[in-house]
Amino acid sequence: MPAIVEVEHLTRRFGDLTAVDDIGFEVAQGEVFGFLGPNGAGKSTTINILCTLLRPTAGRAVVCGLDVAHNQNQVRQCIGLVFQDPSLDERMSAWENLEFHGLVYGVPRRERRQRLDEMLHMVGLWERRHGLVKHFSGGMRRRLEIARGLVHRPRILFLDEPTLGLDPQTRAHIWEHLHGLRREQGVTLFFTTHYMDEAEHADRIGIIDRGRLVALDTPEALKQALGGDILILKTADNAAAATEIDQRFGLPVTRDGDSLSLEVTNGSEFIPTLSRALETPIHSITLRRPTLDDVFLRLTGRELRDEEATGMETMRAWARARMRKAGR
Amino acid sequence: MTAALRGIYTIWYREALRLRRDRLRLVGHMLSPLLFLLVFGVGLGRTMGGMAPGLDFMQFLFPGIVGMTVLMTAFMSGVSVVWEREMGFLKEVLVAPIPRASLVLGKTLGGGTVAVVQGIVVLLLAPLVGISLSPVLLLKLLPLLLLEALALGGLGVLLASRMYSMEGFQMLMGVLVMPMVFLSGVFFPVRDLPVWLGVVVHINPVTYGVDAIRQVMLGEAAPRLLLFGQPVSVAQDILAVTVFGAIIVALAIWSFSHQG
Repeated sequence: MPAIVEVEHLTRRFGDLTAVDDIGFEVAQGEVFGFLGPNGAGKSTTINILCTLLRPTAGRAVVCGLDVAHNQNQVRQCIGLVFQDPSLDERMSAWENLEFHGLVYGVPRRERRQRLDEMLHMVGLWERRHGLVKHFSGGMRRRLEIARGLVHRPRILFLDEPTLGLDPQTRAHIWEHLHGLRREQGVTLFFTTHYMDEAEHADRIGIIDRGRLVALDTPEALKQALGGDILILKTADNAAAATEIDQRFGLPVTRDGDSLSLEVTNGSEFIPTLSRALETPIHSITLRRPTLDDVFLRLTGRELRDEEATGMETMRAWARARMRKAGR
Repeated sequence: MTAALRGIYTIWYREALRLRRDRLRLVGHMLSPLLFLLVFGVGLGRTMGGMAPGLDFMQFLFPGIVGMTVLMTAFMSGVSVVWEREMGFLKEVLVAPIPRASLVLGKTLGGGTVAVVQGIVVLLLAPLVGISLSPVLLLKLLPLLLLEALALGGLGVLLASRMYSMEGFQMLMGVLVMPMVFLSGVFFPVRDLPVWLGVVVHINPVTYGVDAIRQVMLGEAAPRLLLFGQPVSVAQDILAVTVFGAIIVALAIWSFSHQG
């Protein structure tokens, strides 16, 4: 599969702040690529560069075989966008919003009609096509935005937090649509998300932290790289138990609230060994497969959904807000 | 169609569509000009008396009110870009494969169209004040109204290009639009004014827009606007508004194209 996105040594600074710091990766045509990172890690900045909304300070980004810094309009014609924040005209109907998009992107009249039909059916809004968007629910608006992003037949659809603020049922519904889309239209999906379960939808995942790409692989490989299973222990004395495990097995233990967690290669076989060896009384041992949350925690030291921002992140968030404020 | 023309057309089309959607708005926006006409026309008219032979105050006021309606409507349409930015819709336009100039021109033309239609609605009140409205007069007035609308619509777009919330809007109306209306000869003849007021009135581009409408509508009876002691012709009025409008629109295009 040829690459549809190629990023090399990409860097973007806002004053003293380096939002994206020398990252590089490729996305293949037809791939579902998840781009993850804590708040202010550089996700939106990267997406905005790829979508020609922001110029790179250094490095290169090529989308659809075109350098984003020099072929703005051609790149824009080739990509579809679903923004983090709403961007529909609420006083127009669903149909009119799509029609406007088709007109601006120069989709010929006959094809436009057909395409609008097709897209509205795909996202299940055909019955509501003449309804004004202001009467639509959050989920319906999102679906309409996804449909709109596809009207001009882009080869790749960028989705920045496409399910932010939606309830789980609506989120699942939207992902159903997105997978159908990839299946039927062969369109590449490039998305960012805060939700780990959604990251599982990706063929491959890139994780960005503090502007640097810290992981790039399939969700399965990333989880396996953690080293097998995770055991969660509750003991009478967590501190003593941690020291014991460290001394006897040489395994690093992480404290997590009132429990301990450790990574082992074969969890179910290790449980009896562990319970025999420990002198500290054990209340419970839970075994679970590693999740992307664990991967994320290991790589970034934070939970994906961790909303707590450090000073630096506040600055990043501010830079992002300023960017958004500029209307771009 | 090139991307630029396509962009202009689409953005204009959206404004036209919205106009068609709420036709009721046209009637609603006729109320305040009507109010101005009645309150000032009837209220002041009695003390003002006749403005010139065969011209009462109401008739003098009417072309001004038409001009005011057109310019306010156009300005509001232009400034609605701020609202589109707040709603998020502006992003959809800014990431489209069309030049930024298309946005400015499409928006200005769209606002201009809405304003001219609104102007025509108010013009229909002409017989009420004793001005007869012939098709020929209407044809002469339309380009004038459009020109004024484009200039002021452009001004709205220009200001909106650097405005990020609707909060500044009221202020803008207060410090810019209302003075432009009041200091333009809409409500009083621009003659024998104190020097400072005269200077302000004569720099105000709206003065020339209103003067052109008044001269065309009232003909010989219209009190003439003087510049350096010379009466200003309709052609000169048009030139003044055109130059102003062209500068404004050029600035708006520049401003939108150089954001971040």
